Amino acid sequence: MYVAVKGGERAIENAHAFLAEDRRGDPAVPELSVAQIREQMALAVNRVMAEGSLYDPDLAALAIKQARGDLIEAIFLIRAYRTTLPRFGSSKPLDTGAMACHRRISATFKDAPGGQVLGPTFDYTHRLLDFKLMAEGEAPVAPVAEPRREPTPHITEFLNKDGMIEEEAQSDAMPPDLTREPLELPADRALRLQSITRGDEGFILGMAYSTQRGYARNHAFVAELRIGTCSVEMEIPELGFAVEIGEVTLTECETVNQFKGSKTEPAQFTRGYGLVFGQTERKAIAMALVDRALRWKELGEDNSGAPAQDEEFVLYHADNIQATGFLEHIKLPHYVDFQSELELVRKLRAGVPEALREAAE
Amino acid sequence: MIAAEDRKSWMGLLAKARPAALAALWDEAVPHEVLRAPEVGAVMVQGRMGGTGAPFNLGEMTVTRCSLRLATGEVGHATVQGRDKDHARRAAMLDALLQGPRRAEVRARVLAPLGAQRAREAEHRAAKAAATRVDFFTLVRGED
Repeated sequence: MYVAVKGGERAIENAHAFLAEDRRGDPAVPELSVAQIREQMALAVNRVMAEGSLYDPDLAALAIKQARGDLIEAIFLIRAYRTTLPRFGSSKPLDTGAMACHRRISATFKDAPGGQVLGPTFDYTHRLLDFKLMAEGEAPVAPVAEPRREPTPHITEFLNKDGMIEEEAQSDAMPPDLTREPLELPADRALRLQSITRGDEGFILGMAYSTQRGYARNHAFVAELRIGTCSVEMEIPELGFAVEIGEVTLTECETVNQFKGSKTEPAQFTRGYGLVFGQTERKAIAMALVDRALRWKELGEDNSGAPAQDEEFVLYHADNIQATGFLEHIKLPHYVDFQSELELVRKLRAGVPEALREAAE
Repeated sequence: MIAAEDRKSWMGLLAKARPAALAALWDEAVPHEVLRAPEVGAVMVQGRMGGTGAPFNLGEMTVTRCSLRLATGEVGHATVQGRDKDHARRAAMLDALLQGPRRAEVRARVLAPLGAQRAREAEHRAAKAAATRVDFFTLVRGED
């Protein structure tokens, strides 16, 4: 029997009020401001911008507050907001070579021009809880030294000079945009990179880790990891020239992988590339590894059947908003669906002899 | 005649300014007609594969744009980072003023302090980074 029901308005309204009260927590504890989240939870803000695919630290901080710190929920809020914005155009491609780096390291060249600059990193900390942070103290002050004024060159440039590494194809072609056209396979590298840079950090990390453990074996060296700010330029139609419209913090990771060569190509290093909004270095390294694994076809490598080589598997499961939307919808009412399943199982059981049914129970 | 390079540089400075910092430097309303009211939108930011190769879409950023014409005839445009409509209106107004007879005054009152502040901040951040630069020293050499 089919029974249509409605209701729950009051329950829903009260649930939202309950959520609002719980979000605020104990009123005896001062309320968190959006500016505090932006300044002091900066890496959470960065993740929300990267996966929300919208660079706006204030909005990301607001989303984190509204989502009670649930970052996937915050990313959902940002994704929903960005669909309301008119698109004014596309920037010129960023020049990451001109990045003002506040962190820049290479795992391949000790004496890289520009040096090994550690920046504000968790590396080399002891991962011991710092109980001093439980008390309010003076704002810490970092030491300074004579600053570098010229841009820091990319490490892969040096390898490139000797032909030791594959050249990136030069192009200014307008890239495909998966926020405008549905993702179709096979995807080109531009589409894959867009999908990975906004993909779930945990998923991309897991995929990258699988390549390190031997699924699609490709031993990557981090030729360079840099974090810093880049200006964004856009062509303004009224002016007929490009102007800077802002500045973004980015993390860029370039990996090099050994390549034995093929019938047409000499032995040389190949590249994996990661570029992510914000200070997001785990994600950028993981992105570079997954990018490299997905390039097997264009490099003429074997498909070992590894998940990280399967672009359908990676690209269709990397988006945490699609994933959580489908996952979480199963908790919503499925009364009618379930009713029909229940009927079916009853009918099946009715057709089975008594003895068998008892044995099964 | 204003050089495009010159205008490009002040428009960039105004776009990247913090709205409050810009408001603190200039709060004078100059008579004008709005050609395009401040509007919040998004710009798709592109990166390049391997830093130097073909472009791909990295993600969007919020911007606000505005165009206006001063009573004296100069047309100002602005596309500024973020969602602050006053910032966009102020930047468009200053862009227009910088093309007219008050350009020296606006340079001195707005662009010079804004540029100096930006340079100071960038320099300070670079100085903190420089202090974390690793100096390697050799412990032992393998060969005799």
